[in-house]
Amino acid sequence: MQYSEKVMDHFMNPRNVGEIEDASGVGTVGNAKCGDIMKVYLKIEDGIVKDAKFKTFGCGAAVATSSMATELIKGKTIKEAMEITNKAVMEALDGLPPIKVHCSCLAEEALHAALWDYAQKNGIVIEGLEEPVNDISEHEEIPEEE
Amino acid sequence: MEYYFDNAATTAVRPEVAEAMVQYFTKSYGNPSSIYKIAQKNKTAVERARGQVAEAINANANEIYFTAGGSEADNWAIKGVAESYGDKGKHIITSCIEHHAVLHTCEYLETKGYEVTYLPVDEYGLVSLDDVKKAVRDDTILITVMFANNEIGTIEPIAEIGAFAREKGILFHTDAVQAVGHVPIDVKAMNIDMLSMSGHKFYGPKGVGALYMRKGIKITPLIHGGAQERSRRAGTENVPGIIGMGLAAELAVKELDKEMPRLTALRDKLINSILEKVPYSRLNGHPTKRLPGNANISFEYIEGESILLLLDYKGICASSGSACTSGSLDPSHVLLAIGLPHEKAHGSVRLTMGHFTTEEQVDYVIQELPPIIERLRMMSPLYEEILRKNKKGE
Repeated sequence: MQYSEKVMDHFMNPRNVGEIEDASGVGTVGNAKCGDIMKVYLKIEDGIVKDAKFKTFGCGAAVATSSMATELIKGKTIKEAMEITNKAVMEALDGLPPIKVHCSCLAEEALHAALWDYAQKNGIVIEGLEEPVNDISEHEEIPEEE
Repeated sequence: MEYYFDNAATTAVRPEVAEAMVQYFTKSYGNPSSIYKIAQKNKTAVERARGQVAEAINANANEIYFTAGGSEADNWAIKGVAESYGDKGKHIITSCIEHHAVLHTCEYLETKGYEVTYLPVDEYGLVSLDDVKKAVRDDTILITVMFANNEIGTIEPIAEIGAFAREKGILFHTDAVQAVGHVPIDVKAMNIDMLSMSGHKFYGPKGVGALYMRKGIKITPLIHGGAQERSRRAGTENVPGIIGMGLAAELAVKELDKEMPRLTALRDKLINSILEKVPYSRLNGHPTKRLPGNANISFEYIEGESILLLLDYKGICASSGSACTSGSLDPSHVLLAIGLPHEKAHGSVRLTMGHFTTEEQVDYVIQELPPIIERLRMMSPLYEEILRKNKKGE
């Protein structure tokens, strides 16, 4: 399987690995059974994504898309953040092999899950954002944080 | 520098084998079926190679049929028995950890009205003779169980199954692609009726294999055409390939007494060092009933393809049973069959050593692998949870 140089770069030197202690929103998507889990932390201030971090269990493409998705969302307004699609992540990485496209979808879902968490906590509605179906953190994480 | 730890996938052709083959491409290129000298000389050479292959498994030369590889040999044996013995019964017994060349052939036969029992295996990947006995029916025409597993290296109780099958008068085939040239095989003592092998797994060329068929067994050809291979397998002989496979088989078996203990020691050093250095890791397969060169280890909380990419960056070639490397959503059927949950199966790495593997290379892997595992775990949300739980427990 051929990964682009950009994918390999983001896999070998992933940006934004880690956690944010006082994150404004956290989203976890995927499951271990399928072999991919992405957890995204966002720090949002004045409607702008000030910082983004991730932790990912998964293949090279899963790590690279997490890295790129967190890069893309940093500095964006919430409205702009909503425009980061799996396609945008893929394009920024110079493409993915066909069987890895789902990794970019997961990255988009992870961003949305973190934004959803932020919206829930702050009682706001983000236009176009729906409750993440893939979020596996709801039941484990929220009680801990409350 | 390349550190090749994927000898179960394929092996490098030994230089002396490659050298022996060359003249059959460029100088002695005659078709063995032709009448003139350079052709007849090739016929003799092919027969010599047949003898070398036969000797490697204690068969007679006239029981060896060359094929285009192990998959063809498996297909031919199973489909051939199904067709030729189908009037006696429609039931086949195999194991659930076979290579896909066997599994998919059996699944194909199920669509043609045959019934297949897929025997379970224990936590080490071993088939039990009792399960074979329980599965046998009046209409069972074939038992096919692999000699040694390609992923986890487990060596099956072939002699026991062979003795039982012979006593019952049921044909017994074994896919020995991973075993020939790596562990001693005696088709007579082990009561094996049919055996598949592949040249490129023991330092011979790709594209050539063989099916051993005990004298007296007659099955329909898979490939119809000319009268080659005593009219059982048509097609002009792959002369260079056959010559190479014959020599490779002879060399591998001749060196078995030396290579088995050497590779077993390297294997155990690799396995023990990694398990000792890396927490949350486990060996897949049996600790001793195991191919000398095979190590298969699961690392929890991380995924196999990521490990392979980082190993590759360090020049280490390995493989994994993760879904990502199989091109499907499910991890290896073998790892699931030995009871690994999906998440542990995803984090498996297979390191297979061979003739050209040195202790220095093994030491290099022992040095490079643990930091790679640690690096990926620091990125893993699953590992983060474990660390947090451990902290709470303190």
